[in-house]
Amino acid sequence: MIRNIDFSSKFKLANILSLSIFIISCLFILFKGLNYGIDFKGGTLIELRAESKNINITEIRSSLNSMNLGDVNIKEFGKKGDYLIKIEQKTTNKNKLIPEIKKTLINNLNAEINFRRVENVGPKVSSELLQSGIIAISLSLAAMLFYIWIRFEWQFSVGSIVALFHDVIITIGIFSILSLEINLSIIAAVLTIVGYSMNDTVVIYDRIRENLNKYTKLNINELSNLSINETLSRTIITSITTLLALLSIFILGGEILRGFSFAMILGVLIGTYSSIFVATPVLKLFKVSYKTLEKKEEKIVP
Amino acid sequence: MLNFSKINIIIIYFIFLLISFFSILNFQNQNQPFIDKKVNLGLDLQGGSYLLLEINSDPLIKEKIQSKVIPLKKLLKDNNLEYSNFKINEKNLTFTLDNIEKFKLLLFSKKDNFLNPYMNNYNSFELDLEVLENDNVKVLFSKYGLLTINNAALKQSIEIVRRRIDDVGTKEPTILQRGEKRILVELPGLKDPERIKNLLGKTAQLNFRLVKDNDEFGVDKLVSEIGEELNISKRIVMSGENLIDAQPNFDNQSSQPTVSFTLDRLGAQKFGRTTTDNVGKRLAIILDGKIISAPSINEPIISGSGIISGNFTFQEATDLALLLRSGALPTPLNVVEERTVGPDLGEDSIKSGVTSLIIGFILVIFFMLYKYKIFGLVANLALIANLIMLVGVLTILEATLTLPGIAGIILTVGMAVDANVLIFERIKEELKTEKSIIHAFDIGYSKAKITVLDANITTLIAAIILFAFGSGPVKGFAITLGIGIITTLFSAYFLARHLTSMIVLNKKEGQVNL
Repeated sequence: MIRNIDFSSKFKLANILSLSIFIISCLFILFKGLNYGIDFKGGTLIELRAESKNINITEIRSSLNSMNLGDVNIKEFGKKGDYLIKIEQKTTNKNKLIPEIKKTLINNLNAEINFRRVENVGPKVSSELLQSGIIAISLSLAAMLFYIWIRFEWQFSVGSIVALFHDVIITIGIFSILSLEINLSIIAAVLTIVGYSMNDTVVIYDRIRENLNKYTKLNINELSNLSINETLSRTIITSITTLLALLSIFILGGEILRGFSFAMILGVLIGTYSSIFVATPVLKLFKVSYKTLEKKEEKIVP
Repeated sequence: MLNFSKINIIIIYFIFLLISFFSILNFQNQNQPFIDKKVNLGLDLQGGSYLLLEINSDPLIKEKIQSKVIPLKKLLKDNNLEYSNFKINEKNLTFTLDNIEKFKLLLFSKKDNFLNPYMNNYNSFELDLEVLENDNVKVLFSKYGLLTINNAALKQSIEIVRRRIDDVGTKEPTILQRGEKRILVELPGLKDPERIKNLLGKTAQLNFRLVKDNDEFGVDKLVSEIGEELNISKRIVMSGENLIDAQPNFDNQSSQPTVSFTLDRLGAQKFGRTTTDNVGKRLAIILDGKIISAPSINEPIISGSGIISGNFTFQEATDLALLLRSGALPTPLNVVEERTVGPDLGEDSIKSGVTSLIIGFILVIFFMLYKYKIFGLVANLALIANLIMLVGVLTILEATLTLPGIAGIILTVGMAVDANVLIFERIKEELKTEKSIIHAFDIGYSKAKITVLDANITTLIAAIILFAFGSGPVKGFAITLGIGIITTLFSAYFLARHLTSMIVLNKKEGQVNL
């Protein structure tokens, strides 16, 4: 299959699109904020299963409200009869909170209730978890920057970082827009997206570098087009197999992995797009040519 | 790239078979393990509790600074230093002093300094001195003094936590130090952590103190278990340290649950002397500042054993005995993070994880067959080998498989074919210009190598950082993702390449269809 799609002519349009979505994402993150889960905000999470199926959220809520627990969030979770309760952290020490909630619910709802999962994160730990999550993402970006800087020229390094920022910010932005919960597994997803997006970018960059040496007469537009087209079927096939695996987790992997797989699916789509329409135009911006490569060699050889 | 020497082939398949062997170990008979290695299931899969405890050293610091008061006053008196306004604060002592310079010399003398010992390992004194205005000084613990107190308390706490948990008898608990103030406790299979949390939440400092008749100097006012206000002497007759055993029991007459205890020699002496001198008076048994009971001393107890009765249920008596046996925590522990997963949710998670793994796997396999025909089969064989090896390496490392870890394996399935896709696409390109098929495959493999490496190293970097910073289940994801990348590289570059070479070299020109 020989493709010859003129990508470079669409760079401008794509960049405007990317930039606007990027700015919208930033605005949402800054002003709407993120829906942090208890991992990062502190609080108590209870996943419960009621054996009698005919209880509803309102009953659970009114039952918990009588306990005066502060901000309580209840939603259905997977199967009927499964609920997720989130209770905002209160400063008072409450070693007996969980058994008390269980007793209140059983008494008020008159049903057999099973706490399938209980998580409780104190305010100090949650702020540490958030901090280490931010450090991990920043560090991974720095490590990628460094790796590409060693393996390629600085223009490539800048290009890949711009693409990574684009992917990470837009993924988190979509989470902010849709008010989806940010928890530890989302941080894991974002880091994997960083790896995946980088992986995609590197494949195209590798080809651009190779072609820069091979076709010294081509300008950067033609060169970008050639390289993207040459690697296009790989880009598509790998995205498809990865998405197949992720869709399988998203649909069948259960409620706990849903947020994670959703973030990953977004990330793979955005990452694939960005390696073509964000990372490559940056090279054009820096007027990368075969001369760029020569300069580096001069530097290395003493 | 297509030529393999015999020795290479042997090495490649030997490594593959060796690692695969370990993955089989997971399915062996539980009772007679051939080699006792297998992948552990994380708490989120097998159910259990994860607790992060934090010691609060403030009460301990207060206690320690108070213990400095008498030696300090003695030092001042012995050296004729005039002091006034002596105050005992939460973490320091303040007073007004006329000759601060002389005090400094005494406080920071390295020779025979009982008040403020010099700690050679830190090159620092235990105490520090701050000179405030108006000849006021503040004596407080130095940075390393605090560190020493903290470390000792943490070590002792871990020991006590271990004893208490072992005594409850949960299977394979993990108890580890985390940082400077925290203890990580993992209790697999535990359904209800409340009892353990209760046991760990008590410092269990037991005191025996006499009840005084009137409100004289040196008494604490405490409320007894039946609600009467008692004047309890500050002097401790005997403390929990002198206990060597405690067991739950039943009272012969009332058949109420009680706790019987046995004292060591020193404790028996102290207890004997006090009970002999105070027949007819009442002795309060105080746990963590609360009166359990305050019985009258009917006769001298010189046997070195006794009974604590209170309004216990049998469970409470059992727990109290356990707490007394395991000893007191030096300082209170707070649960700062708790994650408990019930065993049925764990089972559900395994089920849905494995289902999505199988479905994802089948989807990828069919897609590859459709895309690359016979070479798709090669890629698929490599993928299966990859999965077997991934499990094998996890077994060798005795890694912990978590739900996100399963997600990591599924993701590896999706991404593992990437190496082969890169190679096959490259070969396709080479086939356009290169006449010799063998040559095209050869060049394809060589040229794709750098790209495959570059692409996988980036993901590996992400996995390593995730492993370093992630906690709990997320670490499990990083492990499977990271190992998955390495096994992917092995299966693509050795196994798949060898299979490809067998196909290409055995077919005549023009018959190879990619």
